[in-house]
Amino acid sequence: MTAVQRLRSAAVLSPPLLWTVVFMFVPYSILLVYSFWKTQYPIFVPAFQLGNYMELVRDPQYLRVLLRTLKIAGLVSFFALVLAYPYAYFLVFKVKRPSVRLTLYMAVVAPLWVSYLLRAYTWKTILGTQGVLNSFLVSTGILSEPSSIFLYNQAAMVLTLTYVFIPFMVMPIYAALEKIPPSLKEASADLGENRLATFLKVTLPLSMTGIVAGFTMTFCLAFGDFIAPFLVGGPDGVMIANVIASQFGAALNWPLGSALAVVMLVIVLGIISASDRFERLGAGRLT
Amino acid sequence: MTEIVRIENLSKHFGDVVGVDQLSLSIRAGEFVTLLGPSGCGKSTLLRMIGGFEEPTQGRIRLDGQDVTHLPPNKRAVNMVFQDYALFPHMTVGRNVGYGLRVAGVPKAEIEARAREALTLVGLAEKYDARPHEMSGGQRQRVALARALVRQPKVLLLDEPLSALDANLREAMQVELRHLHQKVGLTFIMVTHDQNEALAMADRVLVMRDGRVVQDGTPEDLYDRPASPYVAGFVGTTNLFPSAVVDGRIDCFGQQLALPEGLAGRKNGLFGFRPEKARLLQPARKGGSNVISGSVEEVIYHGGAARIVVQLGQGSILVDLQNRKLNGRASLPGPGDILAVEIEPDAIMAFNAEAAE
Repeated sequence: MTAVQRLRSAAVLSPPLLWTVVFMFVPYSILLVYSFWKTQYPIFVPAFQLGNYMELVRDPQYLRVLLRTLKIAGLVSFFALVLAYPYAYFLVFKVKRPSVRLTLYMAVVAPLWVSYLLRAYTWKTILGTQGVLNSFLVSTGILSEPSSIFLYNQAAMVLTLTYVFIPFMVMPIYAALEKIPPSLKEASADLGENRLATFLKVTLPLSMTGIVAGFTMTFCLAFGDFIAPFLVGGPDGVMIANVIASQFGAALNWPLGSALAVVMLVIVLGIISASDRFERLGAGRLT
Repeated sequence: MTEIVRIENLSKHFGDVVGVDQLSLSIRAGEFVTLLGPSGCGKSTLLRMIGGFEEPTQGRIRLDGQDVTHLPPNKRAVNMVFQDYALFPHMTVGRNVGYGLRVAGVPKAEIEARAREALTLVGLAEKYDARPHEMSGGQRQRVALARALVRQPKVLLLDEPLSALDANLREAMQVELRHLHQKVGLTFIMVTHDQNEALAMADRVLVMRDGRVVQDGTPEDLYDRPASPYVAGFVGTTNLFPSAVVDGRIDCFGQQLALPEGLAGRKNGLFGFRPEKARLLQPARKGGSNVISGSVEEVIYHGGAARIVVQLGQGSILVDLQNRKLNGRASLPGPGDILAVEIEPDAIMAFNAEAAE
C-alpha cells in the first residue's frame, strides 16, 4: 500500500473506529476500572482490589439471579426457536406467492418499529386482572372471577420476552432457509430419502448458521433485559440487569454494579465468540 | 430391446398453461434420448414428471413395466443430474456420492467402495474427501453424475447438465458423457435447448414444442429430413422460402431452382435448403443448372467457416463456406461482391403447406 492509499483507508475507517472507541471501549474501560474500586459510603475511592468480585461469589443471591437470568434467556431463546423455525420454514418453502410471503414476513418484523416498552406493556393489558385474557375467561364462564396468576411471574416474563425478541430469531433463520437451493431437497428425494430424513440431513444442517445466529441474538438480548422483569415480572423475576441498575441507583454501589456488569459482559462475549466460531466452521458451505 | 419407459397420454397443466400436452412415448433400455426444444416447450416438465418432481395432470408413466405415475421421487428407480448439480454443500464429495447408498442401507464398507468406484468412473478418484465448494464447475458436474450413477438407476435423467459449463468444457463433457453412456449401458434421458448438444450426444432426439413431440428420430433424421419448418429452423439453420411449383421448378426469392426427382409430385408449399449445401462457383463460370446469384450483404467469420448473407433482391439467403474451399478465389467475398452459388438439387427440402406456419 502506498502512503496515499493508507491515508485514504484510515480516513474511511476513522469514523467507525472513533465511534467504537468513544462509545464502547472507553465506557467499558471505565466500568472495568470502577469494578476494582472501593466503596466508602457515600462515595467510592480508587483502589485496586478484588473485593467486589469476592462479594459476588460470597453472597449466593448474585449467583441465584445470574442462574435465573441464564434460565430465562435460555427459555426465551428456546421458545422463540420452536415458534420461529416452523414459521420461517413455512414462509420459505410452503408459501408460493411472493406477496403473501412478504406480508407474513413483515407481520413478524414490523413490531420492531414499535417502541419496545409499548410491546412489553401490551402483555400487561393482556395478562392482567383487568386484562383481555381474564375478561375472556370470565365472560365465557371458565373462571368465576378474574385471576392474578397470569401476570407478575417468570412465565409472563418468558412470554413477553419471547414475543419481543422473536423477530431476531425469524430473520436469520428465514435468511438461512431462503439460501438453500430447492434442488437440494429434490436431490435428496431423488436419492431415495423421505421428507423427514431430508429435513434432518439436508435442510436442518444447512440452516444451522441461521439457528445459531438467531439463538445468539435472542439469548443475549433477553439476558440483558431489565424492562420485562420490571413490567411483568414478580418478586422472583429479578434479572441480572435489574440488580446492576439498582447498584447504580438506589444501592449507590457503583463498584459492585461495575463488577456485575463486567461479569455479564464476559458471559455475553463468550457466547458471541462461540457462535462466531461456529459460523466460521460452516463458512463456504452455501457459496 | 426391451422397453424401459412408457409414457401414455401424459399431460401437465399449470393453471391455464399447458406444460405437457397428451404426450405418448416409449423409450428402450440403453437408449440415449435427448429432449430438445426452446425454453417453455415442456421438456423439463416431462423430465421432472419422469423423476417424480411434478405430478401429472393426467396420463400414465410406466418404468420397466411398473406404474410409477403417482410415486414420489424416493420410490422410483431413476436418478437425476440437476442443472445446478445440487450437491450437498455440507458434505464431502465421498459422502455426497454415498448418500443414496446410505439411504438404501448398503453396508458401510461397501458404500465407500462403491462411491470410490463411481468417482473413479468419472475421473475424480482423488477427490473423495474434497468439499463441493473447493471444486470447479466441471468437477461438480462429474460428482453429480457419480452420485446418480452409483445407485444404478434404471434410467438416468439429465436436466440441462452442461448448460452451466463454459464452451470448451462443454464440448469435452459431451464426448465424456457419451463414453460414459456406452460404458455403463444405462438409459439416459437428457434435456437440452442446445441443438448441437442434442445432435452430438444422443441416439435419438425428440424435438418438442408447446408440450408435444414434433419429431422423433435419429440426429441424421432431424438434420437431413426435418418433419416441419419448425424443426428445420430449430435444428441447424435452414433457408426457407414459400414457392409455387411450375414445370418442376421452384422460385427462391425470384430465382429459379430445380426440384429434385424425389419431390417431383410436390405442389405449392414451403421449400428450403441448408446453408452449407450451397457451393461457391468460380468467378469465371457463368450459368449452370441450379445457380442463384446475388450481392453479399454481410460476412460472419467463424474461423473454420464463414456464413455469408446473400441478398437476392426479394429476400436474402444464408450460405456457409468452409474455409479454403473458395473455389479459385483469393479470399472470402466481402460486402457488395456479386456472388454465384450452386445449390445441390438433392439438398432441397419440401414441407407441406399445412406444416408451414
